[in-house]
Amino acid sequence: MSTNTSTEPRSRGKAPAGERVADWADGRLGIYSLAKANMRKIFPDHWSFMLGEICLYSFIIIILTGVYLTLFFHPSMNEVEYHGSYIPMQGQLMSEAYASTLEISFDVRGGLLIRQIHHWAAVIFLAGMFVHMMRVFFTGAFRKPREINWLFGFLLFVLGMFTGFTGYSLPDDLLSGTGVRFTQGAILSVPIVGTYISMFLFGGEFPGTDFVARFYSIHILLLPGIMLGLVVAHLILVFYHKHTQFAGAGRTNKNVVGMPLLPVYMGKAGGFFFLVFGFTALIAGIASINPIWNLGPYRPDMVSTGAQPDWYMGFAEGLVRAMPGWEINFWGHTLVLGVFIPLVLFGLFLAILALYPFIESWITGDKREHHILDRPRNAPTRTAFGVAWVTAYMIMLIGGGNDIVATHFNLSINAVTWFVRIGFFVGPVVAFVVTKRICLGLQRRDKDKVLHGRESGIIKRLPHGEFIEVHEPLSQEQMYTLTAHEQYKPAEIGPEVDENGVKRKVKGSEKLRAKLSEAYYGEESQIPKPTVEEYKEITSGHGHH
Amino acid sequence: MSSQDIPEEKLPAERDTTHGALGVADEKNPFADPGLPPHEHRIQDIDERAAKRSERTVALLFTLSMLATIGFIAAFVAIPVDKIVYVFPLGHVSALNLALGVTLGTALFAIGAGAVHWARTLMSDEELTDERHPIEAPPEVRAKVMDDFRQGAKESALGRRKLIRNTMFGALTLVPLSGVVLLRDLGPLPEEKLRHTAWSKGKRLINQNTNEPMRPSDIVTGSLTFAKPEGLDEHDHDFNNEIAKAALMIVRIQPDDIKDKQALEWSHEGILAYSKICTHVGCPISLYEQQTHHVLCPCHQSTFDLSDGAKVIFGPAGHALPQLRIGVNDDGYLEALSDFEEPVGPAFWERG
Amino acid sequence: MFAPADKAQADETAQSLTIEEGKKLYTVGCASCHGTGGQGTSDGPSLVGVGAAAVDFQVGTGRMPAATSQAAQLPDKKVIYTQAQIDQLAAYVASLGAGPAIPTEEQYGPEGADIAKGGELFRNNCAQCHNFTGKGGALTHGKYAPSLEDVDPKHIYEAMLTGPQNMPSFPDSTMSEQNKKDIIAYLGEVNTDKSESPGGMELGGLGPVSEGLFGWIFGLGGLIAVAVWVAARTAKAKKS
Repeated sequence: MSTNTSTEPRSRGKAPAGERVADWADGRLGIYSLAKANMRKIFPDHWSFMLGEICLYSFIIIILTGVYLTLFFHPSMNEVEYHGSYIPMQGQLMSEAYASTLEISFDVRGGLLIRQIHHWAAVIFLAGMFVHMMRVFFTGAFRKPREINWLFGFLLFVLGMFTGFTGYSLPDDLLSGTGVRFTQGAILSVPIVGTYISMFLFGGEFPGTDFVARFYSIHILLLPGIMLGLVVAHLILVFYHKHTQFAGAGRTNKNVVGMPLLPVYMGKAGGFFFLVFGFTALIAGIASINPIWNLGPYRPDMVSTGAQPDWYMGFAEGLVRAMPGWEINFWGHTLVLGVFIPLVLFGLFLAILALYPFIESWITGDKREHHILDRPRNAPTRTAFGVAWVTAYMIMLIGGGNDIVATHFNLSINAVTWFVRIGFFVGPVVAFVVTKRICLGLQRRDKDKVLHGRESGIIKRLPHGEFIEVHEPLSQEQMYTLTAHEQYKPAEIGPEVDENGVKRKVKGSEKLRAKLSEAYYGEESQIPKPTVEEYKEITSGHGHH
Repeated sequence: MSSQDIPEEKLPAERDTTHGALGVADEKNPFADPGLPPHEHRIQDIDERAAKRSERTVALLFTLSMLATIGFIAAFVAIPVDKIVYVFPLGHVSALNLALGVTLGTALFAIGAGAVHWARTLMSDEELTDERHPIEAPPEVRAKVMDDFRQGAKESALGRRKLIRNTMFGALTLVPLSGVVLLRDLGPLPEEKLRHTAWSKGKRLINQNTNEPMRPSDIVTGSLTFAKPEGLDEHDHDFNNEIAKAALMIVRIQPDDIKDKQALEWSHEGILAYSKICTHVGCPISLYEQQTHHVLCPCHQSTFDLSDGAKVIFGPAGHALPQLRIGVNDDGYLEALSDFEEPVGPAFWERG
Repeated sequence: MFAPADKAQADETAQSLTIEEGKKLYTVGCASCHGTGGQGTSDGPSLVGVGAAAVDFQVGTGRMPAATSQAAQLPDKKVIYTQAQIDQLAAYVASLGAGPAIPTEEQYGPEGADIAKGGELFRNNCAQCHNFTGKGGALTHGKYAPSLEDVDPKHIYEAMLTGPQNMPSFPDSTMSEQNKKDIIAYLGEVNTDKSESPGGMELGGLGPVSEGLFGWIFGLGGLIAVAVWVAARTAKAKKS
């Protein structure tokens, strides 16, 4: 430092304290290079771009409140007799885990609030991730270069489900214990190794005296640790790729238009953290969640009706409820298909979504970077596929709550189950067809708007008596926005004869891709964008009709 | 030719921003990108009074947050943890939880609202543009990296000295096995554990409500009773593990109404003892409808017909509920005549 | 002034009068389905031996007289008889054959009840159909276990005793009077409109389904509304 030969005379000693600290840190961490790239980083404004922030902030809230809860929670299944302040449990036998959760709820001042913030934030976290993922899906934000980040996000969703599930099981209450029992039963259904996994996971027979302690370390250490790493990686990639943006005047695939991180997004994003935290705290102050004192301590021979998992496991629950009871016995072994098939479907169903970006990029063969978002209507087949997936998910969610649905709509639980069984197959198909038609209709409307202008609502009478509605031409900005999307042409199978005139074998995968490409981008799957010729013909013709 | 290659003309034309001067919709392209619209000012940008108003709003929100935090601390100190108040429409709620939630929520929300209002009304709202650069490295960088890698790989001699390479891979493959072996003591092997329960010949059926043995006359038609094996006490160390398999559901059906012959034989004058543990995934099934003799599982709606050997008539369970053979001992109490003849609870691979 | 013997005789006379009145009511309101002597018909079961408790429950909760015998289950509805008339009907039906009597306040009142034990008994015997705190739940083919919120303790006691419709009975021989008292005391603690819900709104007490709905609609929905405000462009000054 003493040999500062810079031509610019620097007098660091006299710089303000903040600058001196920054200089000190820069000398050791190189923060200025980081700040140069990031301090005025541009983020586009759109409400749907903040869904991920909801997830991030609820995750932070969960960690903060979770640490607090560990100070009071005893992850032990030792049986104790309760003599705390909750009267309807006096003298009951329960595990220490349950007793300490009662203590957090009734004896620790603010303990109940923190417990409820923790649980509500978990419900919102998973719901936020689901909606965030759908936003990314339906706008095509998963395309190159963001496929890896899509996978990171997907992993966060799945790990979030399991972190939620293990946390929900910790209080060892009658409801969550029933869920754990279900998990154990599902593990038993795994061919060959099921009983072994079950014995190892529970330290012997169910319920044993180990699972709360084991779930505890999974819930507070293993899974959140991995998730924290993934969240950091997810954010680094968001920064590195720069955020996507919707098409619009001045917004290209080579730029990003919006507000700088400092100061606007510091204010907005920083403020949004407090908004999310405050909102969650308010909800936790007024709405009860998982009142374990009503549920009672877990006993493997007791149960309550309305035994459901938290919502994010609901579709798995639906799969299990809807499945017929198939069981095959052979050579002294049992294949428990009635449980194992839903278990496999659960994984497959999620995996389809995880792999979708790779499937789509294989169909398009597009290797360019994409930073301009698609409007869902402009990718009808993708949108229809997504809606079909969500439909199947939602039908299973209904299936997971079939008993509540039955009692609240005065239906037969058997009828609801049959509706779910059939709906799981029919619903997505109907949703696919309907969504695609709606998308095409919207594309047609966009085309009409560009070519004929916007319906102004003004009715004009022509000299010869005819009434017409005046169509206002769109501004250039609007016209650009409505025509900015790209349209693929369906891929064809290449020439069957190569350049040397030798007949080559057309691979099955190539045929499949041509078919899929036709389904995605064929004449029936997109409305051609208005062309300059069409536009000129109409505008130079007989006025706007 | 790889199937991944798609002829260039099949890809959509990327919108060429150089085509047609920016901002001019000319003859050639009426749909040209007009470029960013000119920036428009907010009222706060041109009217200092409006800006002052915004400033005051932000300050007010931050002050509200401070007051709410003071309120939080006051509530924490002043309100007893067990105080219940009636608040419409919430119900009879904990005063402390409500007060803490509302004050903490307000304190946090007000900070956020203040910061966002500040950012929205007082910070510059002029849209800026950042250039994007391709993620992919330019070819010369790529070439350099490849060269460096080749050089490094060559210097390591990994490819040439096969003995080192192979033994290293061998060692790295084997070493995680230690970790796997360490997991062995997580639990015992299954052996025959899932096949036996605490029931055995001569054990009396103990009513879980009264903790007393039962006589046949105690069980009336249409009633439902839960029983555990004699000698199993709630305070036992392994009570939960044992009751998870031994839990019993006792009903009485007119012998004429029992369709399954074996079920009738194993009953005592129409008193049937079935496992309470669902054969699907092990929920304690016990939603007994005394007129239809159906029993429904609350978890996944498997339905069993207790008048017909507890066969599955709906839902995802794969086999009937196991029945316990019961009789009456010399003192006139109901007793088990054996353990369950088949494993209770969910099916598993070795069940057979 | 009556001598003891006179009193007994007077009681007996009063009793037979009550039965007589009950029979009249029965003939008008019940006989068409349950038969003139309570022997039952294809439209209604026999009432011989069901006891006064069953009548008090069925008529006292409005389940009887039923509008139809075809429904999956008879719901509780407006009670159309006065308590005095119900007692007369009960006395008449009880006279047809011995059955459980109407419980007294002493039997179902809260004195001497162990709430915690009641909770345990409730979870073992009742919660599987009626939910943890008695909010009700679904049974097969449109049948359901009704909510127990604010149900008269006497009727709960009678239901346990007699097993109305598809509910199994829990006679004193397998569930003691004390057990029943405990269960009723537990319900009185957790399932009335005065029951405490320390955490705030109980959202129907249905567990994760209603919590999930609330979390999605108000939780995430509210946050999205906030996000829309955060991301929206501030209004521009009007061009003048």
